Amino acid sequence: MAQLTLPANSKVHKGETFAAAAGAGNVRRLVVYRYDPDHEDNPRMDTYEVDMDSCGPMVLDALIKIKNEIDPTLSFRRSCREGICGSCAMNIDGTNDLACLRAIDDVKGDIKVYPLPHLPVVKDLIPDMSNFYAQYASIKPWLQSQTTPPPDSERLQSKEDQEKINEPSACILCACCSTACPSYWWNDDRYLGPATLLQAYRWLVDSRDEAAGERLDQLEDPFRLYRCHTIMNCTNTCPKGLNPALAIAEIKKMMLERQH
Amino acid sequence: MSLRSPLSKVKGLGSAKEGTGHWWMQRVTALALVVLGFWFIISLVAIGDFGYQHTVAWLARPLNAVLLSSFVMTLLYHSKLGVQIVIEDYVSASAWKVGSLLFSVFVHLLLAVTGVFSILRISVGGLS
Repeated sequence: MAQLTLPANSKVHKGETFAAAAGAGNVRRLVVYRYDPDHEDNPRMDTYEVDMDSCGPMVLDALIKIKNEIDPTLSFRRSCREGICGSCAMNIDGTNDLACLRAIDDVKGDIKVYPLPHLPVVKDLIPDMSNFYAQYASIKPWLQSQTTPPPDSERLQSKEDQEKINEPSACILCACCSTACPSYWWNDDRYLGPATLLQAYRWLVDSRDEAAGERLDQLEDPFRLYRCHTIMNCTNTCPKGLNPALAIAEIKKMMLERQH
Repeated sequence: MSLRSPLSKVKGLGSAKEGTGHWWMQRVTALALVVLGFWFIISLVAIGDFGYQHTVAWLARPLNAVLLSSFVMTLLYHSKLGVQIVIEDYVSASAWKVGSLLFSVFVHLLLAVTGVFSILRISVGGLS
């Protein structure tokens, strides 16, 4: 059954407050989800007061400042700090976003930071992405072609055909969309989710790929594809401004097209 | 704790190779319901007099009986498809899932047959 309440050991308690140094003028409060698997304590929400006069403008800047100067035990993933690696995806002020692209000024009041929803938590803001990556691997996200490429050149593609894969190729697999999807929350063991389906679409429309039929065969399933109920959270939340919901609708149209 | 790889779990029992028919029929019946629903509301307004004799006479007319039967069948078919989705979404325990899916199918079938039978009884059964 869908579980609508948290198990007793997952209920989130109030944590510590780390007050800003006296004299700090421009203070913002970050309320951050904390969970340590090495202790049996329940998860808690710690509050950090950050002096914005000595902090960069983005939520990631504040998290790095907290880790460097206030509480080195805070754990989160980050790498490129410019929205291209997808590591720092988390739930900020109620929506999934990349911490490096979310300006602190865009959030009113306390800045609440949680890990991506409905994934097992490894520690603090770090979710377990194993299932997400396995789903991505399951769609065989590489070019499948029987025709051998010309010996002296690359496989050619028209400019129009290239433009079809431009947008879906820009996906950074941060999982903001999939973990924003209620269908994915309830059935992430069987529903592939918007991120993986967007990538499936990217290979379906690639003019150089020769496995569209097999790809559609693998997707045609009441759970893998058809758990999408066009809720649109994926498109709303995508930090890269992509449209997974449209890609999924296009896949459904392809399914119909090959039947009629 | 399972020692199966995440990929093995994701691949599971493979693709069912179906779902497109269900998805398409849900849209087709939705479209039909817009038209039939519109007709039904207009008709209810047009009847005006909801006295027994008058209403039975309205239902006895072949066109009304045909359209109302179509409305009932389409509505229940659409509802059966929708309820199936809701059950599959929220009920993951196998026995509960199969049980509620079967229950839903039987209830919808029974309601559809009852509805159409009632309309026919009035329309061609000469009940007045």
